[in-house]
Amino acid sequence: MSMISFARIQAVLLKEFVQMRRDRMTFAMMVGVPIMQLIMFGFAINSDPRHLPTALIDRDHSTFSRSIIAAVENSTFMDIAYRPTTEDEAESLIREGKVNFIFIIPENFGRDLVRGENPQVLMVADATDPSATSGAANSMKEIVRSGLQRDLSGALSAMADRPPAVDVVLHKRYNPAGITQYNIIPGLLAIIIAMTMTMITAVAITREKERGTMENLLAMPIKPIEMMTGKIAPYVIIGYVQTVIVLLASEFVFNIPIVGSLLLLFGAVSIYIIVNLMIGFLFSSLAETQMQALQMTFFLLLPQILLSGFMFPFLGMPRWAQYVGEALPATHFMRLMRGIMLKGADGVDLLSSFWPLGVIMLIVGTLAMIKYNETLD
Amino acid sequence: MTNVETVIDVKGLTKSFGDKIVVDDFDLKVPKGSVYGFLGPNGSGKTTTIRMVCGLLTPNAGSGTCLGWDVIEQSEKIKTQVGYMTQKFSLWEDLTIRENLEFVARMYEVENRKNRVDEALEELGLSARSHQLAGTLSGGWKQRLALAACMIHDPELLLLDEPTAGVDPKARREFWDTIHELADRGVTILVSTHYMDEAVQCDYIAYIAYGKKLIDAPSGELVDRVGLYTWRVEGTGLSKLTKELEGAEGVEHVARFGTALHISGIDEGALKTAVSRYFDLPNLNWTARKPGLEEVFIHLMTGTEDNFQ
Repeated sequence: MSMISFARIQAVLLKEFVQMRRDRMTFAMMVGVPIMQLIMFGFAINSDPRHLPTALIDRDHSTFSRSIIAAVENSTFMDIAYRPTTEDEAESLIREGKVNFIFIIPENFGRDLVRGENPQVLMVADATDPSATSGAANSMKEIVRSGLQRDLSGALSAMADRPPAVDVVLHKRYNPAGITQYNIIPGLLAIIIAMTMTMITAVAITREKERGTMENLLAMPIKPIEMMTGKIAPYVIIGYVQTVIVLLASEFVFNIPIVGSLLLLFGAVSIYIIVNLMIGFLFSSLAETQMQALQMTFFLLLPQILLSGFMFPFLGMPRWAQYVGEALPATHFMRLMRGIMLKGADGVDLLSSFWPLGVIMLIVGTLAMIKYNETLD
Repeated sequence: MTNVETVIDVKGLTKSFGDKIVVDDFDLKVPKGSVYGFLGPNGSGKTTTIRMVCGLLTPNAGSGTCLGWDVIEQSEKIKTQVGYMTQKFSLWEDLTIRENLEFVARMYEVENRKNRVDEALEELGLSARSHQLAGTLSGGWKQRLALAACMIHDPELLLLDEPTAGVDPKARREFWDTIHELADRGVTILVSTHYMDEAVQCDYIAYIAYGKKLIDAPSGELVDRVGLYTWRVEGTGLSKLTKELEGAEGVEHVARFGTALHISGIDEGALKTAVSRYFDLPNLNWTARKPGLEEVFIHLMTGTEDNFQ
């Protein structure tokens, strides 16, 4: 009786193998998740980001300003992505999150430099994500100095040796103290909602399938849209509760000021909650079991955390990873949250993040309606 | 639309899953107010047929009407007037009895919902336990609750898929009393079953095997249509006699009923020849009798073993 039976161990082992083979979804996850993680951690993530997009305003157009710009681009920290003509345009770009830096070379910069008047250049850094911009910001003085090295030769060589010929003024915008929580907390709301909302509706339909109650529901005269609305509406309220908790903690525990409009914020939250609930509903129509629905949720959550700009600077990722990121609702919601909470961005600034979220909602909603099976076929 | 004489009238219903044809060219006519029984072995296509009638499955071929509505195009309308009781208990075990009934009533937009639910609880005899979770009910009570739920919107047509499976005989009897009351009120009932004593209670019987309808008739005429002959013998030593008769020419099957054997066959003469050899044995009492439904079903089933493949 106390003997260990290898026949029984073998019986259990064989049964597990057979069942694993039948459950293709789980098997695919076991292989798919490590591959996805290898790709994302191995290639996409970059904690020392380079080539961050920068808006340049050159009001000088002298040899010297061109040399500095060349040095900036050669540094690989920054790419000149936009050349706005006014500061307002530049400000708008940084609020929308399209650039990390604004670099301004003032009028008469070259003339003042030659006169030895120690002119200033202005570097505005989006410090919402301190880790993204600190590298470039800290090296700026050295970049400018090395850029001018060659120009300050001959008659001007004395100036090159007497640093600093140029004064680099650095403005850290939105998070001047470089507090990590400023970046994490608004983004965390995106992750919390993505995780819980998707999960809760993902099991909503599969639970009915597993318990056999789906057959009863399908025999009743209910339309797919009625089913989806009824299934997700209760959780919208839960999503709001989560939002309020995060915002209160943000304000009173982490002392992160909410600069922008609360109304806009709740507008963004509403769309985002519904998008995630619809994704969950779609998953539960595709999956046969609750287990499969949860696996799909998990599978989507990984890139939402890693490629959305939550943990690592979005603009520091390679181009392909940014494209993937653009397709994720968390990416756009995170921009909205950081834009509203930290930058006080207004509706016009945020349009570029609002419309992708709306498009994603339409696509997911349509897919969910198409994939919802009204019969047992 | 719902004042039609033939409640279900479908032709050529066909359903296949993959390359397996589950229901094949099925015709069905169910008159209003009748109790129509589906009888057949496991996997014969009873459930699939019922599901096609109420719009849960889309037929691959076939057409027809249910309650005057097109079964393919108008399943939304049909669903509002049909009560469907699934084979497996499919109400919410984590809701109370009352919550389940209220949910179903809301789904069908029942008027005076609260009164209707109270009424149903009263009829069920569950008023006192209405706050009990449905999952804690016994099999018989679950079945009664399921019937009450699919009756809450006063449907014209009831589809009952093996409603009495796993229910004790007393509860089954009461269940059938309810069925007959409903039929008297004009509700049409399509019921599938394994039990012959239940099939006998139906007004019409269809015997299904391999997804095909082998025979259907008013239950009173079914026996005559099959053309079966039966001898009954009472006495002792029946086990030995059974062995000898089984496989004898003219004998199709031998069935034991308590202290008697029923020996049946299609060929009247050959059957008599086979049994007459034992007429002289002592302690046996032979009578020729009209076969009952039981014999007919055994006869039909003999040709169609469980065809779940």
